[in-house]
Amino acid sequence: MKHTLQQVFRSGKFVVGFSIFMAILLIVIVYPLIIPDPPLAIIGQGTFFEPGIYVSVYDSIGSPTYTLNLDDAAAKRIGTKLGDQERLDMKEWLLAYEIPENEIDITDTEKLLELWVNNYDPKLRLEGMTNAKRQYYVRLNDSLKGILATEGAIIAEKNPETGALEETGVVQQTDYVNISQVPNVRVLPLGTDNFGRDMLTELVSATGTSLKVGFIAGTIATLIGLALGLLAGYLGGLVDDIIMFFTNLFTVIPSFVILILIMFSIGQEYRGAITVAVVIGLTSWYWTTRAVRAQVISLRNRDHVNLSKLSGHSIIHIIITDILPYIASYVVMALILQISQGILSEAFLSFLGLGPRTTEVPTLGLMMQWAMIYSAHLLGKWWAYFPVIIVIALITFSMNLMNTGLDQVFNPTLRD
Amino acid sequence: MKGYRKYFLNKMIWFSITLVCAFVLNFILPRLMPGDPVALITARAVRGMSSQSGIQEVYNQYAELFGTNKPMLEQFFLYVRNVIRGDFGTSLSQYPRSVADILNSSIWWTIALQFPAIIVGWLIGNTLGALAAYLKGGVDKVLLPVSIFVSNLPAFGTAIILLVIFGVGLKWFPTSGGYGFDLIPNFSYAFIWSVIVHYQLPFWSVVLIAIGGWAIGMRSMSIYELNADYVKYSRFMGIKDRKIIGYVFRNAMLPQITGLALSIGTMVSGAIVAEIIFSYPGLGSTILTAVRGQDYPLISATTLLITLMVLSANFFIEIIYGFIDPRIKAAQAD
Repeated sequence: MKHTLQQVFRSGKFVVGFSIFMAILLIVIVYPLIIPDPPLAIIGQGTFFEPGIYVSVYDSIGSPTYTLNLDDAAAKRIGTKLGDQERLDMKEWLLAYEIPENEIDITDTEKLLELWVNNYDPKLRLEGMTNAKRQYYVRLNDSLKGILATEGAIIAEKNPETGALEETGVVQQTDYVNISQVPNVRVLPLGTDNFGRDMLTELVSATGTSLKVGFIAGTIATLIGLALGLLAGYLGGLVDDIIMFFTNLFTVIPSFVILILIMFSIGQEYRGAITVAVVIGLTSWYWTTRAVRAQVISLRNRDHVNLSKLSGHSIIHIIITDILPYIASYVVMALILQISQGILSEAFLSFLGLGPRTTEVPTLGLMMQWAMIYSAHLLGKWWAYFPVIIVIALITFSMNLMNTGLDQVFNPTLRD
Repeated sequence: MKGYRKYFLNKMIWFSITLVCAFVLNFILPRLMPGDPVALITARAVRGMSSQSGIQEVYNQYAELFGTNKPMLEQFFLYVRNVIRGDFGTSLSQYPRSVADILNSSIWWTIALQFPAIIVGWLIGNTLGALAAYLKGGVDKVLLPVSIFVSNLPAFGTAIILLVIFGVGLKWFPTSGGYGFDLIPNFSYAFIWSVIVHYQLPFWSVVLIAIGGWAIGMRSMSIYELNADYVKYSRFMGIKDRKIIGYVFRNAMLPQITGLALSIGTMVSGAIVAEIIFSYPGLGSTILTAVRGQDYPLISATTLLITLMVLSANFFIEIIYGFIDPRIKAAQAD
């Protein structure tokens, strides 16, 4: 046993796969201990907040301020509101307003703005301009107000007696706060999803659930496959015929069709993550049965098995001591493949809207489903679907690597 | 020829048995489940209705429509009779279209998408695998890990990445639909061009999903065959390299052909995902709308149709396989 393990861990592929898998498992276990937020808590009001650091505006006003004189601060401030695209759009409007082209210089911010302020009229309807475009210019005009101002923004408070606004302070353009002194800062490394949930927390929790689903499904499938394969292979005869009939049947009928039928019939409210896992397990044992049976048949008439039979051992004893150890390596490999297949099946089902019900636990498939329903892929919200795809790919990739590694250890003919 | 006839008969019987079983499963599975599908449909139809007797009336009407108030055996024969006539009932989500009509309009999209994609993916994958085995070195070192990683991306992952890069980012191809939404199917140049353009992304995503697996399989089969004794013997005999390679790859192809047959089932599911992502008007999108609209007759008919397609594909490939591989005839003749 110890020797086998040593050999297994000497295989490069297995070690790489194992490390990736363990890293994922470790994150799933450790992350909730550090950040114990409920994964499905809706924190954002609105859909798909971009990844980044969110600083409370209210708290940063109250925090101690520091004056930093930075040369490029004003240019940056103008740059976020008046990018290249906006400058071109302004030029387009001005041209349509019949300002000669040589007077418009979009590289000179001050001149451009002066020209804009003097000429732009939101009420004016230009020939051939769509309503959407007109609205866009109104918004652009609003956002440009006060862009060149150099004085600070005034903070006012309402006087509770008179209801008048009273100045309580001024935020200068050179004022800065230290982010560590602002009490409310929330880092959203992967932004939020369509419901306004923290993507990273949800993703970690979903990975955990999906691994659990895969593990349960894989274990059930492997156990059934192993038991039936052992029975069919060792007993032979009628038992073998019956088992092989069903096995052959289910290998031809596509199992995703059966999955869709069962899942749809169970109904949304009865589908928990565990139910989904069990059903996946119950519909994916055939390959294991076939393979185990083939191996058992080749073992059945070996000398040590015959010797055991002659010694009067019971069938169970023979199976456990004389057959199982020989197929153990194969069963482990089958289990690994079944687990990764289970995770993919769950994702596929959720994708069709037949996954676990959505209110309780997140799974990788459900996250994918919601991202698709809210067309994150068409809106360019990559953080809503790309990390999920990567996690699924990493899990199946690591498991396949482990499997190939094991295969090379146990089947010397495959070694390069 | 006697051996082949026996093989054919054997396969024919097996095909019929599987077909009957699949049919029975398709019939019985939804009826064995805890939820009552008729109650589900009723609940949807009577949303907002308060009269208890009215709800009961609707329930009875649906029970009559689906025949669930009759004994199981009678229901089954009714179902068989209707299916043989090509009558799958009326769709609930796209009322009053008949299920047969919906399927008839979607299945050709799926077949036109899948079969070329499966064949092209199989050809490219096997060529790459054979090249990797034969050339070794650089090609093998680069190609294999890439293939493994690509084939490990879930089917929807590949499709979405293609869509985002070529559809949303580069805007080379449209992102959804089978043809331009402003066109009516006809045989004009504009329509055919639109179909071709819309075809590209779903097609290549199905191909990409398939390539990795085939390449890996073909590579290991070829390596195994290249190291076989008969290759060494032929080399000693002085037979030309090109001729040996011909033998090797013919032998390595055989399991790949079986693989092609066996994996058509999973390919269908891969194509379903691609169809859903690109809103391609095939069976995959039909399943999705059926699930979203809780359209019970449509789901049941679609799954039956897919099963039938997979079973017949398997059957035909096994028949062809009997011609290709002489060992099968030999085994039957014994």
